Amino acid sequence: MTASLDTTRTPRRIQPHLGAEARPVIIVFGALAAMVLLNLVLFPERMGVDYVMQQLRIAAFLGILSAGAMFVLLTGHIDLSVPWTLTAAAMVGAGVHAAFEGTPMAALAIPAALFTGLLAGLWNGIGVAYLRAPSMVWTMGLNALLLGLAVFYSGGYNPQTAASPLMREMAVARLPGGFPVATAIWIAVSVLAVVILYRTPLGAWIYALGRNERVVYLAGIRNRAVIVFVFVWAGLCSALAGVMLAGFSGQAYQAMGDTYLLPTIAAVVLGGTRVTGGSGRYSGTVGGVLVLVLLGSMLSLVQAPEAFRQIAYGLVILTMLLVAREGRST
Amino acid sequence: MKVFTSRHGRLLFGILILLVMLAIYFSVHPRGVSIRVVESLSNAGASLAFAAVAQTFPVLTGGLDLSIGGMIALTNSLASVVLTGSPLQIAFGFVLVIATGCLCGLVNGTLIVYGRLQPVIATLATGAIFSGLALIVRPRPGGDIPIELGDVFVTSAFDVLPMALVVLAVTCGAVWYPLTRSRLGRGIFAAGSAPEAGRMSGLNVDRSIIAAYVLSGLFASFAGLFLGFQTLAGDATIGVPYTINSIAAVVIGGVALRGGAGHILSAIVGAYTLRSINSILLFSGAPPLAQPFFEGVILVVAVVFASLGLMRQPNRLEALR
Repeated sequence: MTASLDTTRTPRRIQPHLGAEARPVIIVFGALAAMVLLNLVLFPERMGVDYVMQQLRIAAFLGILSAGAMFVLLTGHIDLSVPWTLTAAAMVGAGVHAAFEGTPMAALAIPAALFTGLLAGLWNGIGVAYLRAPSMVWTMGLNALLLGLAVFYSGGYNPQTAASPLMREMAVARLPGGFPVATAIWIAVSVLAVVILYRTPLGAWIYALGRNERVVYLAGIRNRAVIVFVFVWAGLCSALAGVMLAGFSGQAYQAMGDTYLLPTIAAVVLGGTRVTGGSGRYSGTVGGVLVLVLLGSMLSLVQAPEAFRQIAYGLVILTMLLVAREGRST
Repeated sequence: MKVFTSRHGRLLFGILILLVMLAIYFSVHPRGVSIRVVESLSNAGASLAFAAVAQTFPVLTGGLDLSIGGMIALTNSLASVVLTGSPLQIAFGFVLVIATGCLCGLVNGTLIVYGRLQPVIATLATGAIFSGLALIVRPRPGGDIPIELGDVFVTSAFDVLPMALVVLAVTCGAVWYPLTRSRLGRGIFAAGSAPEAGRMSGLNVDRSIIAAYVLSGLFASFAGLFLGFQTLAGDATIGVPYTINSIAAVVIGGVALRGGAGHILSAIVGAYTLRSINSILLFSGAPPLAQPFFEGVILVVAVVFASLGLMRQPNRLEALR
């Protein structure tokens, strides 16, 4: 939090330099390699192209959410509205599809869902940037509002929540080589994220904002617009993941996003992004997502009861963070 | 009006809102004002009040405790197992439950101070561990806390004083007043406002931060115990809503999330404001399904109110971190 923009770090290129940020990335991929090895030793008969493809598809949902969460965390804020932004977007998508089924308007299902995410992001961003509300509480408030709206809208009985065929395709279809479409979408989102973070001034501002917002403001950068952008990006990512999750299970349902909030933040932080902002690499986030997905898969392969899953989950996160922490800082 | 900008201005404002809410509560309650109605509201809000108090100490240090739900689940589950048998066994059970809560807090504090982990992520991870342990202690909801024991805490003394409020006042008073008058307590406030200045003036800020998390565990165990007295049972999933609601209560009551400023009464006031709003909505015939929406509205309004002070700040630089 006290980190200042130190001049040796001012990028000649826009890309912030690696160095200290590389350590957690190396560790997270080291852990990933170790887990893959362990998996190979424990369950040799399960491993194969099909298993990998299946895990990559499951990782796509968490991966897209984490891409959104990482931008917000880089600015030193947090988005706790992920669960119900995701659910609301999926419900809107399914609702629009049901309302216009059979007409060309049904193609609007996914744009409508993404628009829901955009609105949620705008609400979050404006509250945090202009009202200067603490992001933790403000986004929690939106989460409650969306939950309330969704519950009220569905009115206790089940409205039309079936996923459209396109939503299903996005989640379960495979490309000719057997590669999951969902993973391809994750890769596309990742490419976009990397371009924004490391090839545009906007990316440099996002990092700078997390290091010292005063300096960003004094440098004449529109700090509030940057904050609104990261929340809108996160809202869009949540909505996209919501659309795909609805496609995955065939329908949108209440609380479908509740189990995704903590893993999303954990994946980003495991990848080396500082919760206080300003530091972290996108490759680390990808590593964090893969580690968590593989951990979940291993725990279900050994049929660990829920209690041990939670404990293992917490212990792995703590251990990796303790190993990856930097020298003397904050 | 000047009184609301004084040192305890936010607290007074919070109390004012609570009084308005209580007035509405008693006017819409079908049975009007009676000791039973007061008692039921006191009981309904007590566990959230304990959770909010637990959240206050880490927030004062500029941190946050996301493991409160996990600690409540663990202590509640444990209570349902050990609070049974002879009076001596029950007394031992009390000690065990409270010690467990403190130990959880000590783990959090140690990870944050000596492990140098961010409070948000450290407590997120330990929260998962505590919830997992709770599931091991009590895989399915149940237990047999003696009803005589539970009744002691959920009824009223001499039919006028709800025991929930008495216990809340005694425990909070016994911790808050000595604490704020000690170096340990000043270190907690310093950690949230000016840790370096605190260190340079000889305060052991690290020790204070650990103490803050231990106190968080202590009050989380009170919340777990009280839930046990209310339900006479344990449930490993009972803690889930408390993590977020404790933050909401603290914000509504007026403890600064940036740390360094706040009063224990604010947390209690915030918790009871939140609970009375729930009950008002219930009694006034608002559709139960609309409740979560109104909770969100209230949280948003509270945050906007809290940020009005910043908006008045003429120097925009000062509003930035």
